[in-house]
Amino acid sequence: MTATLVELEAITAARVVDARGAACPGPLLEAKKAIGTVPLGSVIEVWSTDPITKTDIGAWSAKVGHDFLGALAAEGYDRVFVVRRK
Amino acid sequence: MNDSLSLVLFSGTADKLHAAGTIAAGAAAMGRPVNVLLMYWALDAFRADRIENDHGLAYDAARPRFHEPVERIKSIPWLETFRQAKEIGEVSILACSGSLDVLGIDVTTLDPLVDSSGGIASFLMAAEDGQLLFI
Repeated sequence: MTATLVELEAITAARVVDARGAACPGPLLEAKKAIGTVPLGSVIEVWSTDPITKTDIGAWSAKVGHDFLGALAAEGYDRVFVVRRK
Repeated sequence: MNDSLSLVLFSGTADKLHAAGTIAAGAAAMGRPVNVLLMYWALDAFRADRIENDHGLAYDAARPRFHEPVERIKSIPWLETFRQAKEIGEVSILACSGSLDVLGIDVTTLDPLVDSSGGIASFLMAAEDGQLLFI
C-alpha cells in the first residue's frame, strides 16, 4: 500500500524520528524502536540521510507486517512513512 | 526451514565484528531470532576488560588505498550494534565453552552482553535448520 506524494505531504505522523547522519542499520533500528511507541494504525516518520533507508524500511515493513507508505525527498534527506499494523 | 539466523563469530577484528553486529541487528529488527556463538578471537574480543581496546582490522585493511576508510571504520563502535540488536529483538550470545578453555577465559569476565557459555551441540540445537553464517 503506497501513498501518493500528495497523500504523504498531508500526513501528520504520531512520531517523527530523526535518524539523519546514521548509517545502515541505524535508521532501521530507530524505526523498529519507534513503531512500538505509537498505537496501531498510527504513522511514524523516519528522517534519514542514507538513500537506502527507504528501500530497507520498505523490506522490513513487508516482512514484519506494517504498511510502508513511501518516502518524500526533503532537503538532503528522505522522510519515510510507515503505518503500525501489529 | 525456520526463521532464525545463527552467526558463528570466529574473527575478533573490529571490522568483522561490526559487520556481524549489523547483520544481527538487522535480523533482530526483522523479527528473526538470532543465535550468536563466540569462538576464539571473537570470544577474546568480548573480554570485559579489553572490550574498549583497539581490536585491529582484517588483513584487507592493510592495503594503502584503504587508509582513509580504515580511519572511519576504526571509529565505529561495533559493540553498540550488538547492544542495539539485543535491545530490539530476540538475540542470544553464547560463549563457546571449548574456546573459553583454550584461551583460559572465565565466562564471568566477559562483557554482560554475553548470556552464558555453551557447547557446540546446544548452539546447533538452537540453530536447528535456520541459516548459519561463519564470520
